[in-house]
Amino acid sequence: MNLFKDTEHLIRLAVVIVLALIAFVVLRTALVPRSFGQYGHYRGDAIAEIAARPVAFAGHQTCEACHTDVVDLKKQGKHVVVACEACHGALAKHADDPGSVQPKKLDTAVVCARCHEANSAKPSGFPQVVTADHSGGLACDTCHQPHRPKIETEGKK
Amino acid sequence: MDITRRRLLVLMPAAAVAWKYVLAGTPEASPNYRLTEHWWGMLMDITKCIGCGSCVRACAEENDVPDGYYRTWVERYHVDDWKIERPEVEAPDGGKHGYLHERDEGGKNFFVPKLCNHCAESPCTQVCPVGATFIAPDGVVLVDKNYCLGCRYCIQACPYGCRFLNPKTNTAEKCTLCYHRITKGLTTACCEVCPTGARQLADLKNPKDPIHEFLRTHSVQILKPQMATGAKVFYNGMDGSVR
Repeated sequence: MNLFKDTEHLIRLAVVIVLALIAFVVLRTALVPRSFGQYGHYRGDAIAEIAARPVAFAGHQTCEACHTDVVDLKKQGKHVVVACEACHGALAKHADDPGSVQPKKLDTAVVCARCHEANSAKPSGFPQVVTADHSGGLACDTCHQPHRPKIETEGKK
Repeated sequence: MDITRRRLLVLMPAAAVAWKYVLAGTPEASPNYRLTEHWWGMLMDITKCIGCGSCVRACAEENDVPDGYYRTWVERYHVDDWKIERPEVEAPDGGKHGYLHERDEGGKNFFVPKLCNHCAESPCTQVCPVGATFIAPDGVVLVDKNYCLGCRYCIQACPYGCRFLNPKTNTAEKCTLCYHRITKGLTTACCEVCPTGARQLADLKNPKDPIHEFLRTHSVQILKPQMATGAKVFYNGMDGSVR
């Protein structure tokens, strides 16, 4: 039975093709990450890697667990809706180790102006001042207590 | 049971489908967070935004965003009378330091905070040639920085200009919707610090999320709806001039 004259040529060719296929499969298995295609055309492990990043802002619930006095003070004024780290900055490190990492003292002339400097683009109901006219460069906490900013009438303290 | 040719033809596709699930393995590594139970988006209330830039600063600090690049930013719009097709838009340093200098030129003025819209049909993920950017099963568009080539194709594909090439890593970067926070049950850094509640993280798959009631009772828009990107950042009180 000899259908083709040069069967060896075909066998050689077949061997080359099979070897190339094996090389492709081995290389592909080695190079493509195991989780690729787990959820779609991407590396599934990337999701967990991105989620593993440490947190910088602790969140106001964490702050409120210790600083209950400030929570009570804020409840009396409009700043109750403002989260602690909106002004004080990212303090997850302080929450992890309150002893060694202390928050910086804030410059109210800068911090308050970011929100309350008058601008026609702000909602008209939002309390705004032109700081230069309002305080003449004086720090806001000279008169206002930042956690409860409304100034009480005289005699009440 | 005899395996006839007919039976084999029926069984083979079933086996292929079953094998796909075997390969997929266990879907979630972290026990408390289930990818399939969330569908994240955000609600922006323009009527509440005061342009203080807290979100921009918080985002940069939380995510180590290089100077001069922004994963979120706040634009100030000025529309002169009827010229809603020609708004004047400014965002000095991404609005990072607030808008401290009044430019009262009359007309209509307002702030528009922007970030990645985490599109359900995102153009940026569709063009990635290597599968480095993708929509996670919970609807967040992410970048795998180990896989990104830095070809910038996604940057030009994003109709909202939300992506940039990180000059340190030379990989594409964008808002992750603070993925490392929302998977731990926290809100995003920008929503955490927003003093007026103009930004709200929203889980569209959670029936108890207040977003559903808000969307039902307000006139809400998305950016560039004509592009059919499936944007999931919803804007309340947005003017027609916003691009």
